[in-house]
Amino acid sequence: MASKTVFNPISAPDYLPQEQLKELQVIRLRQRVSEAYEKVPFFRAKMEALKVVPGDIQKIEDIAKLPFSVKKDLRDTYPFGLFAEPMNRVVRVHASSGTTGKPIVVGYNQRDIDVWKEVIVRGLVSAGLGPDDVIQVSYGYGLFTGGLGLHYGAEALGATVVPASGGNTHRQIMLMKDFGVTAICCTPSYFIHLIDKAQSMGVDMKTLSLRFGIFGAEPWTQEMRRYIEAHTAIKALDIYGLSEIIGPGVAMECAAQDGSHIFEDHFYPEIINPDTGEVLPDGEEGELVLTTLSKEAMPMIRYRTRDITSLNSERCSCGRTLRRIKRITSRSDDMFIIRGVNVFPSQIETALLSIEGTLPHYQIILRRENNLDTLEVQVEINAQLASDTVSGITALEKRIAKNLEQIVGIHAIIKLVQPETLQRSEGKIQRVSDLRNLNPIS
Amino acid sequence: MKLKQLSLVIPNEPGALVRVCEVLKKNSVNISTLTLADTANFGILRLIIQEWEEGLKALEDDGLVVKVSDVLAISIPHVPGGLLKILELLNENRINVEYMYGFSLSTRERSVQIFRLDDTDRAIEVLEQAEVYLLDPDELFQKE
Repeated sequence: MASKTVFNPISAPDYLPQEQLKELQVIRLRQRVSEAYEKVPFFRAKMEALKVVPGDIQKIEDIAKLPFSVKKDLRDTYPFGLFAEPMNRVVRVHASSGTTGKPIVVGYNQRDIDVWKEVIVRGLVSAGLGPDDVIQVSYGYGLFTGGLGLHYGAEALGATVVPASGGNTHRQIMLMKDFGVTAICCTPSYFIHLIDKAQSMGVDMKTLSLRFGIFGAEPWTQEMRRYIEAHTAIKALDIYGLSEIIGPGVAMECAAQDGSHIFEDHFYPEIINPDTGEVLPDGEEGELVLTTLSKEAMPMIRYRTRDITSLNSERCSCGRTLRRIKRITSRSDDMFIIRGVNVFPSQIETALLSIEGTLPHYQIILRRENNLDTLEVQVEINAQLASDTVSGITALEKRIAKNLEQIVGIHAIIKLVQPETLQRSEGKIQRVSDLRNLNPIS
Repeated sequence: MKLKQLSLVIPNEPGALVRVCEVLKKNSVNISTLTLADTANFGILRLIIQEWEEGLKALEDDGLVVKVSDVLAISIPHVPGGLLKILELLNENRINVEYMYGFSLSTRERSVQIFRLDDTDRAIEVLEQAEVYLLDPDELFQKE
């Protein structure tokens, strides 16, 4: 093992040979499928529609025979329709905000909570964290899985947890400074906001004891990582997860920063062609589909995450045998189509961050005027790029528009706005607001 | 000799100017003069404030991005060709006027114009040599 990190017994499955891992996966898969078939009418109906029975699952590849599930299934069965256990076994529920109407609800029994803690411990260990660390959890605490998920994981690691929750930026920086915080967990966009705020408070992030950032809950780019690492003394690591599967901790980046290890003994990953549903081989890019192998209170079978990535089965330099997913910079559902062009917000981000004096805060507004779609990008200005002349500001807008057009391929209206004009949440950031009315009454 | 000017990029929409003025009022900061340049998308508000450091702090504390620039306050006699003389001097020395605007404290005999130049230091040199009357902050803000 090339890893310099302290070996933690809980991390043993990280080093299982692939063949052994497959054996474990198939045993667990068969058990979960039987339970789902017996206890969740929704899954049974779906399997019956495909004429599949639990006995058809003999080897891990047989998973492809099972039906997919999607976010809409959780909404349709709101609130507890997918639970496989009675409520007296369920010890916790979480809910995430759906795009429309009711939230989606997930449930855990005590064993599920323990699995969740375990994967976060394994992730934090792989990053190089241990009991000596002081971890500030700045994800929102509450129905959102981010706060409590990392809280209990960090506590199980034996670290000192500072449960700051989201918001109150001024206090976040004070805590980091005064408590000797060594790691922070939050969304990458919120951390960039903290960097800005620290600057205006006269706090040099580089002089703090902060060494790690565990960032997730929204897609971010390599350019954002570079920006964060250039402005602080931290290693910025990606944590991946979604409430439907467990919350943060489905996968996490190790210190090698070369993709996130999926905790495959608990979550079975597949990559599919999002259009045909066909399973793709390792290395090919497609939509990530996850099956929970251990979760009892609410099993998920072949859940379509809408996240676009690929699986890397090569051995990581850290020694872990777990496959890695490539950084997720796009979701098949935050992609928008404008004038026939597919655009991912991450492309717009790349264009903005390629301008010196970087502008990481932006919002995309889509409008339809006289049957023509317009793309407006509102960008927060900063002191470095501000100008007191009209020509200076116009030149900056033109420069941004040109960069954007080169990367995205369409012309955008750039609007520079004052900081904090844009909606900034402590949870997931809403980058795109689509104001196009596609069915105008004429 | 040099004067500090604060400028802000603000959206060209109702309420944008109100926010700035409210912040300054709340912090008891008085605006001596201002000018607003506008385009279809945005405006640039430029402010001359005696206690510019307090003004800057108040605006920044409110989350606004403020740019500080050096400008000159030039006293110009109210006679035909008064401004021309200054402009010729600058032109001869290849100093470009980015923009200029009147200062509100002017008298019957002379007017005060605020100049934003591409080379402030050289402009001071050139103008002083020609005995052009440059106001320093103390003189400018003196209440008569």
